[in-house]
Amino acid sequence: MSMRIFEGFKFTKLQTPIHLMDPRAKFIMIMVVFVISLLFTNVLILTIIFLAQLPLIWLGRSMRRWGGSMKGGFLLAGLIFFMNLITGSTFTYSLAMTIRFLALLSSFSTFFMTTSPDDLGLALEQAHVPYSLCFTFTTAVRLVPTMAVDAQTVIDAQRSRGLELDKGNLLKRIRNYIPILIPLIVSAIRRSVELAEALESRAFGLSSKRQPLIVLEMKASDYLVVIVSLLLLSLAGWASLYAQLPSIEIPLQLPRLW
Amino acid sequence: MPIIDIKDLSFSYAGTTRPSLSSVTLEVKKGEFVIVTGPSGCGKTTLCRCLNGLVPNFYAGELTGEVLVCGLNARRQPTSVLSRHVGFVFQNPENQLFSLTVERDVAFGPENLGLSRDETRRRVEWALGVTGIGGLRDRAPYELSGGQQQRVALASVLAMEPEIMVLDEPTSFLDPRSSQEILGVVAKLNKDLGITVVLVEHRLDLATRHCNRIVVLDKGMVALDGPPRDVYGRQARLIGIGVPKVTLLFHLLKQDGVEIEKIPVTVEEAEAELREILTH
Amino acid sequence: MITVENLRYAYPNGNEVLHGVNLNIGDGEFVAIMGENGAGKTTLVKTFNGLLKPTDGKVLIDDVETRKTSVAALARSVGLVFQNPDHQLFCETVRDEVAYSLRNFGYPPDVIERRVRGILETLDLMPYVDSSPFMLSGGERKRVALASVLVWNPKHIVLDEPTIGQDYQQKDRLRNFIVQLNTQQKTVVVVTHDVEFIAECRPRVILLSGGRIIADGKAEGILTDKALTERASLIRPQISLLFSSVADLPRDVIDVFSAKAVINSAVRRRT
Repeated sequence: MSMRIFEGFKFTKLQTPIHLMDPRAKFIMIMVVFVISLLFTNVLILTIIFLAQLPLIWLGRSMRRWGGSMKGGFLLAGLIFFMNLITGSTFTYSLAMTIRFLALLSSFSTFFMTTSPDDLGLALEQAHVPYSLCFTFTTAVRLVPTMAVDAQTVIDAQRSRGLELDKGNLLKRIRNYIPILIPLIVSAIRRSVELAEALESRAFGLSSKRQPLIVLEMKASDYLVVIVSLLLLSLAGWASLYAQLPSIEIPLQLPRLW
Repeated sequence: MPIIDIKDLSFSYAGTTRPSLSSVTLEVKKGEFVIVTGPSGCGKTTLCRCLNGLVPNFYAGELTGEVLVCGLNARRQPTSVLSRHVGFVFQNPENQLFSLTVERDVAFGPENLGLSRDETRRRVEWALGVTGIGGLRDRAPYELSGGQQQRVALASVLAMEPEIMVLDEPTSFLDPRSSQEILGVVAKLNKDLGITVVLVEHRLDLATRHCNRIVVLDKGMVALDGPPRDVYGRQARLIGIGVPKVTLLFHLLKQDGVEIEKIPVTVEEAEAELREILTH
Repeated sequence: MITVENLRYAYPNGNEVLHGVNLNIGDGEFVAIMGENGAGKTTLVKTFNGLLKPTDGKVLIDDVETRKTSVAALARSVGLVFQNPDHQLFCETVRDEVAYSLRNFGYPPDVIERRVRGILETLDLMPYVDSSPFMLSGGERKRVALASVLVWNPKHIVLDEPTIGQDYQQKDRLRNFIVQLNTQQKTVVVVTHDVEFIAECRPRVILLSGGRIIADGKAEGILTDKALTERASLIRPQISLLFSSVADLPRDVIDVFSAKAVINSAVRRRT
C-alpha cells in the first residue's frame, strides 16, 4: 500500500458544493452509499454504485487526489480479488467484491477530502459527543501533516549520518527503522507535552458548557441531500429484496493452482 | 498592592536534587514591562510556570514560598482558573495553536471559559483587531509564517482578557524582523491597554527599548533587578547575558577613559551619546 | 569545493522554492547563508549532501554531481548538522550516538573508539560518555549532535541554525569553535539569521531571499546595507545602525572591537 493512498484522505480547503455541504448531511450520504454497497453482490449494480460517485468527486474538485487513493488501494484491491478467487468464488463474484471495496474506499475518501476536521469535530460536538473526544479527534487529524514533516526531518538527519534505508536483507532493513522511530516517538512526546501546557493555559476543561463560536446549520440543500439519500436507500432496499436485477456472468476461470 | 508578589520561592522538579529556583523574591507592579533573562538553566522558564500554576500542577516537585498573582494564591489554584488572569505565550508557535482557522483558535480560550457566543464573538473581534490580524481570520494557522503564528497565539491569549501576559522566549524561532514586530505588538498591549508584561528574552538588543525593568536570574536566584542601565554592568557580563552591543561598546569606551555621561541601552541613546563625545 | 549551477528546486507538490541559484564555495572558506524564514536556506544546503536533488541545474561537491551520487556517499565529505538534535538522538549512550555514523561508514572498532573519544574530549562531553543523550540539557544535546557529525571528519561542515535556543555564552563558545574548525582547513557553512552572531566573526555572507541570491560578499558590506537587509527580513547590527546615523564614521564597521578602536581614535583626534 503506497503513501499515495493517504493523499486521498487529506482535506484541502476549497469552495465546492460538496465542501460546503453540512458534514452531517454528507455523512448520511456516505453512509447510504456504504449500506447500498453492502446490499448487493451483483457486479453490474456495484459498478453503477462506484461510477455514480464520480460526478460527486468531480464536483468536489478532488479527482486527482481520489486517483491517488485508487492507485494506493490497488494492491489491497488486488489482494481481495485474489483471495476471493482462491477460496472458490467465481471470477464475476471476485470482481464484484473488488469493485465493492473500491466503491467503499471512494465514498470515505470523498468524505474526508471535502470535510475539514474542525467541522467534523463540530458535528460530533453538536451530536453531543463529549467535548474531550471531539477535541482528541480534531487534534489527531491536525497533527498528521506536522508529524509527517517531523518524520521526513528525522529520515533526512539519519541519512546525513550514513543511514541507508534501501540496503541490506530484510532483518537489517527493519532494524534500520529504529533510528527513525525513536526520535519520532520522542519528538511526538515532547510535542504532546508542549500542547498540553498550552491547553492548560487556555483553560481547557474549565467549563463543561461550551458555546462554540461557529455552529453548523443545515441549509435547505443539506436537508434535500438527506431526503434524497434516504429515498435511494429505501429504493435500494426494496430492489435488493424484490426486484429482478439484470446481471452478467463472465465465464472466466483461472486454473486451479493446487 | 503588587500584581505579582513572590516571596522566598524555591522549587525543585520531581526527581531532581538541584533546585531550579532558590529563595526568589520578586514584586511586579501593575502595568510594568519586566524582562526576565539569564543563562540557560537559570530558572526563567520555571519562574514563568509558577505564575500560571503549571508549577506545581503540571510540573510536580517541591515548592516552598509564596506566589500571589492578582491576589490569588498561585500555588493553590488550578491553571485553568489562573489562565483568566495570566496569559501565557510559548516559544514554539506550532505547539500552541489548535484549530484549523485563526478565528476559531482565538475563540478557543473564551469557549473553554464557557462564555456566551456573543461575548466570545466580541472578544475575538477585539483581539484580532488589537494584534492586527483581522485579515488572517479564515487562514489555517499552520500555513502562516512564524511571526504571524505568534500573533495568533498572542490574540488567542488576549481573548481571555488577562491582566498579565507572560511570554517565554516568543522570538526564538522568528527571524529578526518578525521578532521586532511581535515585540512591538507586546509593547503596544502594555502601553495602550495597561497589561502587565513578563517577557523572558535572550534578544536584549531588540527587547530592551520596551521594558522598564530587567531581572537577571542565575542558578535559580535573582542576581540583578533594576532598570536596564543599572543592570547592564560588569556583573551582567560576567553572568553571561546578551547585553546589547551598543551598551557593551560604551562600557569598553568608558574603561578606556572616554568620558561617557550616560551608558546607552538602546541604539537611539547610543546615537545621542556618540554625538556628544565626538563634538564635546 | 561546493559548486552550484542554476539550481532550481521544486517540492513534489510543484511549489518551486529555489529559482536559479549560482554559487561557488572554495575549500576552507567560512560562509554564512542568511535570509528570512522561508527564503530557501535549508532547502539549499540539503542539496549539498544530496538529500534533495536539483529539479534543474546541478550541484557539484568536489567535482562530483550530487544527482549521480547517493546521500551516504556525499555525507562522507559533507557533514550536515541539523537544527534540532531531538530529530536524530536515539541511542542509549552518548558514545553509541556519536559512533553511529562511523558504524554506518564501516570504520573498524578500534578506529571508532579512538575517534569517538577524541571528539568527545574536544567538545567537553567526556563526562557524559556513558549517559543517555535524552537526559542531557538542551545545550549538551546540541553538542552531542555536533559531535556525531564531526566525528567522521567531513571536509565540508554545514550547520543549520546552530544558534537557536542558545544563550549568550553558548553562542560565544560556538562561534569560537566554528572559527577554530575553519582554521583546520575545513569548509564551514552556517545557515542563520542571527546577525549579531555573524557580525562578530565576519565571514563571507550569501544573502538569500525568495529563493534567489540577492547578495554575495563580505559581511561588512552586506549587513550594513539597509535595502538588502530589509528585503531579507534582517536587521542591521546595532553597531552599523549606530555608525550610519553619525556623520564621518566608516560605514562598514559591524563588530564591537573595531567600533571601539574607531571611536577611540576619533576622540583622540578631537583632543
